[in-house]
Amino acid sequence: MVETKTLTCVACPKGCEVTVEYEGDEIIEVKGNACPQGRDYAKEEIVAPTRILPTTIRVKNGALSLCPVKTTKQIPLENMFEAMKIIGAEEVEAPIQMGDVLIENILDTGADIVATRNMPAEL
Amino acid sequence: MLNIKKDLVIIGGGPAGLAAAKRAYDDGIEDVMILERDFELGGILPQCIHNGFGLHHFKEELTGPEYAQRFINDVDERNIEVKLDTMVLDVTKDRKVYAMNKKEGFLEIESKAVVLAMGCRERTAGAIGIPGTRPAGVITAGTAQRYTNIEGFVPGDEVVVLGSGDIGLIMARRMKLEGADVKAVCELLPYTGGLTRNVVQCLEDYDIPLMLNHTVTAIKGEGRLEAVEISEVDENLKPIPETAKTIKADTLLLSVGLIPENELSKKADVVLDDRTGGPIVNEGRETNIEGIFACGNVLHVHDLVDWVTEESQIAGAHAAKYIKDNFSKTEQCAEVKSGENVAYVIPQKLELEAGDRKKIPLYMRVSTPLTAVDINLYADGEKLYSFSEPFAKPGEMISVPLAQKTLDDLGNVNEIKVDIIEKEGE
Repeated sequence: MVETKTLTCVACPKGCEVTVEYEGDEIIEVKGNACPQGRDYAKEEIVAPTRILPTTIRVKNGALSLCPVKTTKQIPLENMFEAMKIIGAEEVEAPIQMGDVLIENILDTGADIVATRNMPAEL
Repeated sequence: MLNIKKDLVIIGGGPAGLAAAKRAYDDGIEDVMILERDFELGGILPQCIHNGFGLHHFKEELTGPEYAQRFINDVDERNIEVKLDTMVLDVTKDRKVYAMNKKEGFLEIESKAVVLAMGCRERTAGAIGIPGTRPAGVITAGTAQRYTNIEGFVPGDEVVVLGSGDIGLIMARRMKLEGADVKAVCELLPYTGGLTRNVVQCLEDYDIPLMLNHTVTAIKGEGRLEAVEISEVDENLKPIPETAKTIKADTLLLSVGLIPENELSKKADVVLDDRTGGPIVNEGRETNIEGIFACGNVLHVHDLVDWVTEESQIAGAHAAKYIKDNFSKTEQCAEVKSGENVAYVIPQKLELEAGDRKKIPLYMRVSTPLTAVDINLYADGEKLYSFSEPFAKPGEMISVPLAQKTLDDLGNVNEIKVDIIEKEGE
């Protein structure tokens, strides 16, 4: 079945309204994009949208009770809530350095969960 | 009372203060002190855990804490003196800074130059006067962000966001990811105040409705918020009573604007611009008071921290120059004026000798959104040059370079004016 979806391209701040006609994973037509980036963006958004997930993880003995973290690369948008559940169930021990890997290969996505700041131990 | 002498005092240890300190140090002023009222450096960035920072400055995408950590590391490496948990109480126009903290008590710091980098604060429920009761659960989006990301509790289960500024959009997604039911983001205006990327990745990704031309017309609840009434507004932004509907919610997040925090600036007789809410500055970010500079959100509210960094480097460099006493002003001062559809331009005046600079970046915002625009620069009423952009939005700052050569060729200029209007023939 041919479907149509309207997306806002985020390849640049212009924010073109891009209309995509597609059937399954096959892109039939992309309209409204001012440049080729819009076409690539639309294709990726239809086939498999991915995002960086930034969140927090609980910290034991830290100066703060949470440490901010992120995925080292984009993961499928549909995995977000499942990833949140896994990260939410963890607790890590301070001190932590920015870039420390706290969870490896989350949900087999190839992305690690890393700390995005230094977290000294409780003062 | 402890009396301290410093070449440069920087008030505020957020991205603006950190970048200004680093730049002044690297330009040869090593006797720098940063005063920060929080228990750590970084300003608002440690609670902005989302990604999207640094694309311009570092050419890579960072989260807020990562962006801050890089500058904190830079300041650490240079052994720049930092006083945390220290509240500045007063600044005088002869550049004495009065501050206090628990360890040292009352401090008087005499300085050769001061950089104001106090940032901004959020408009609150009181500032917008929503009718109804005053229950718990009505908080600013930034407060909710601090609760959720730093202090470790999510402030509600059923959320409505009023205002589509970036913090509102970011918090809509954040609370959704933390398990809250985010029912709607209401925006009074017919367009969002946030970045397009945030509308897509925070709202569209999670099917959170963005209700343009809508506002909250009543707050309901005893003790805790129970519901909000929202209504559509007409073209004069007045609520249309028959469109009112009630949404059950225990939390209302407000993302309704930011106000540069200039109480200290006023004490030093720094003159503010009504349009920006921040000081009037020259191209070195010096205020009307000699040796007092301002940068970052205390000067004007920025869309991206990358521009805060760029601007703070300008302020830091000029503060260093001023201290080294090689800072001369031209005889004539050119005023920079906001023309048609320009909300404001920074800097507001040009009065420094050019030295070896190639261009002066002018930062501005439009008043209303337009697609296909001409940006026109005028000097004393004569068109200097003009160029086209595919779009201009109030939520996104525009940087227009003014070439030094153009200024040199002109000789004496009293006024530079910019307007951003619909492209001719469109």
